[in-house]
Amino acid sequence: MLELIVAGFMFVALIFYAVTGDADYGGGMWDLLANGPRAGAQRDAIERAIGPIWEADHVWLILIVVILFTAFPPAFAAMMTALNIPFTLMLIGIVLRGSAFIFRKYDIKSQEVKQGWSLLFGAASFFTPFIQGLTLGALSTGQIRIADGRVVSGFFAGWLTPFAFACGLFALALFAFLAATYLTVDPSTESHVQNDFRLRALCSGTALVPIAFVVFVTSKHGAPEMYHGLIQWWAPLLIGATIVCAIAALASLWLRRFVVARFAAIAEVTLILTGWSLAQYPRLITPDITIFNAAAPEITLRLLTYALLAGAIVLFPSLFFLFRVFKGFSKEKKS
Amino acid sequence: MNDFLFARSQMGMSLAFHIVFAAIGISLPVLMVVSEALYLRTGRPVFLELAKRWSRGAAILFAVGAVSGTVLSFELGLLWPGFMEKSGAIIGMPFSLEGFAFFTEAIFLGLYLMGWTRLPPLVHWFCGVLVILGGVTSGIFVVTANAWMNAPAGFKIVDGKITDIDPIGAMLNPAAVHEVLHMTLAAFIATGFAVAAIHAFFLLRDRRNAFHRNALGIALAVGCISAPLQLISGDFSARSVARLQPAKLAAMEAVYQTQTGAPWRLGGIPDDESRTTRYDLTIPRGLSLLADRDPNSKIIGLDQFPPNDWPNVRLVHWSFDLMILCGLALIALSVAVGWLAWRRRGVPDGKWILNTIVAAGPLGFVAIEAGWVVTELGRQPWIIYGVMRTQEAVTPMPKIAIPFVIFTLIYLLLSVALIYLLRRQFMKTDEPASELITKNA
Repeated sequence: MLELIVAGFMFVALIFYAVTGDADYGGGMWDLLANGPRAGAQRDAIERAIGPIWEADHVWLILIVVILFTAFPPAFAAMMTALNIPFTLMLIGIVLRGSAFIFRKYDIKSQEVKQGWSLLFGAASFFTPFIQGLTLGALSTGQIRIADGRVVSGFFAGWLTPFAFACGLFALALFAFLAATYLTVDPSTESHVQNDFRLRALCSGTALVPIAFVVFVTSKHGAPEMYHGLIQWWAPLLIGATIVCAIAALASLWLRRFVVARFAAIAEVTLILTGWSLAQYPRLITPDITIFNAAAPEITLRLLTYALLAGAIVLFPSLFFLFRVFKGFSKEKKS
Repeated sequence: MNDFLFARSQMGMSLAFHIVFAAIGISLPVLMVVSEALYLRTGRPVFLELAKRWSRGAAILFAVGAVSGTVLSFELGLLWPGFMEKSGAIIGMPFSLEGFAFFTEAIFLGLYLMGWTRLPPLVHWFCGVLVILGGVTSGIFVVTANAWMNAPAGFKIVDGKITDIDPIGAMLNPAAVHEVLHMTLAAFIATGFAVAAIHAFFLLRDRRNAFHRNALGIALAVGCISAPLQLISGDFSARSVARLQPAKLAAMEAVYQTQTGAPWRLGGIPDDESRTTRYDLTIPRGLSLLADRDPNSKIIGLDQFPPNDWPNVRLVHWSFDLMILCGLALIALSVAVGWLAWRRRGVPDGKWILNTIVAAGPLGFVAIEAGWVVTELGRQPWIIYGVMRTQEAVTPMPKIAIPFVIFTLIYLLLSVALIYLLRRQFMKTDEPASELITKNA
């Protein structure tokens, strides 16, 4: 039971990371793709949107990792061993994205240096979530095998498969869509720039459909257990709800109901991750590691649950305050 | 070099890089909050300007600290999966709590940095206070986890298996208090004097600059108050190490033979083969006196341990001496600054004292790096002291040289870029500062 509670916290953290932290990566993608006469204004809007929050958003990832290694230590050890290469690549992306963003912002002088940081920021914003999608996909392939606590499938299993790559692509499109949808809501953005992001959100949101289809098709052979999960009784309901949210998001973007679009997009991402988690349950690494056989002793799980509850009491009001001040959930003060 | 050594090098390099930003992340907010408090009290714009400049520095350095800290949390598993598999359940708790503390720091730093116009002044200032709180507590939790590696507690080993796990007992391990105190103070000292050095440098060129004069005053206050306290904390740490990790203490002081009335040894070249140290300076009975408050007490030497349980004596001893010398120099400087400030009733601005402050700028960080070399290398060959060898914990992944080289290059690039960036931030202060003089001189 405690395993389930802790896994539930990890799942919540994953969703928060996706809809905040990964959306910041999406912002970076649009920064790299900024073009036309309003490229500068687009970049400014992106910087305003993610500047105050990206570090806080990033902490969700750290939280996921610490919950994982506290509550399910063998799973953490096996993941970091079998997926050593992609995780190392992801770290490189994280370091370069964060530093390049902050250096660009505070570099006062030369335009060329600024452009260099800009390029690095944008490229790393594409690279990192792609690798994240890829590793998450790799966990479902069933190709990573563990015997007697040792990874026996080497260092290339799972993540070099078509299914894992499709998951990486899907993550890219999903977070690009999410970011563009958020950017249409920013109250300080002028209407032309808002239109630019509306168009981008519509395009990336539409592009999600064929990519999702590819993920589904490749999962049949690439992640058979996940595929079986996706054809269980709850699957049509969940997939149906996801499709409704996706259509609602696109339709409200079309109709310029940007606030509605934002919530529909968040719901879409949440449902997608819920589907993935349900199809994956109870496995952390398919097929050998589950939240039950990898769980830490009961005392650790119990104390961790208390710690997470206490932490949540501090965290959520603080987060709410941060987003209220910068994301205008209340009346916007012009600065 | 083999993969094991590359793994250790990568971990060491990542830590050495991150600790600089972690230390600044803990203590630079103190400077900006003090400055903003002075602004709120006096209404003098120079303090507001100062808080803003420092917060900009904090923003840049905090970002690098956040991403390099993420690297470390993954590297625990990427490089030492054997360690994490065994210890995650025992010592994961402080890491989880650190996650929340760090969250608090990141959230309120975001509010502080971008909220100058959006928040009422007192709320804004209070966000700064919460940044300090988040930073200090997250430091406490992480150092607690490190302390557990030095003084493992909160579990039993029965037939080679870990049982009876007690995460609270692990957190309250016997090394936690002294390590936490020592590191937190070190962060304040290092940042205080490093920032003081920068402003002393500019004040030397423009003695009438109110901006740099006030900055120097606040930074020196933080450094000079913390440095003498470190003497007490350092003494406490050394005595705890003598009790908890005699092999580490023996390496720190290059004590090869167990002896009563052991001398305090400075420098020299320890030689494991002949088990002697040449060319050293010694204070007779000094070590016994310091470790046990008794000039004739027995100090356990490395001869009590099999040679394959020895740490690298030379590196540990030299690093320890380096840390001590830097620390003593800063304490002496603190006393001198304190005396001058008391006599002058103001920030000391004599040419020689400013030059000395500039020269002493890096010493705090040198001491931090050297101190971590003592802690980490002094624990070897163990990753969990007396329980698990580092060699048993290392990843089976081959070719660790590749990530080691990549991360080293990236961190070098970031360091160079940071130096340029921060230099420009401070160069810029010259312009508005001159107009501040007329208002505040």
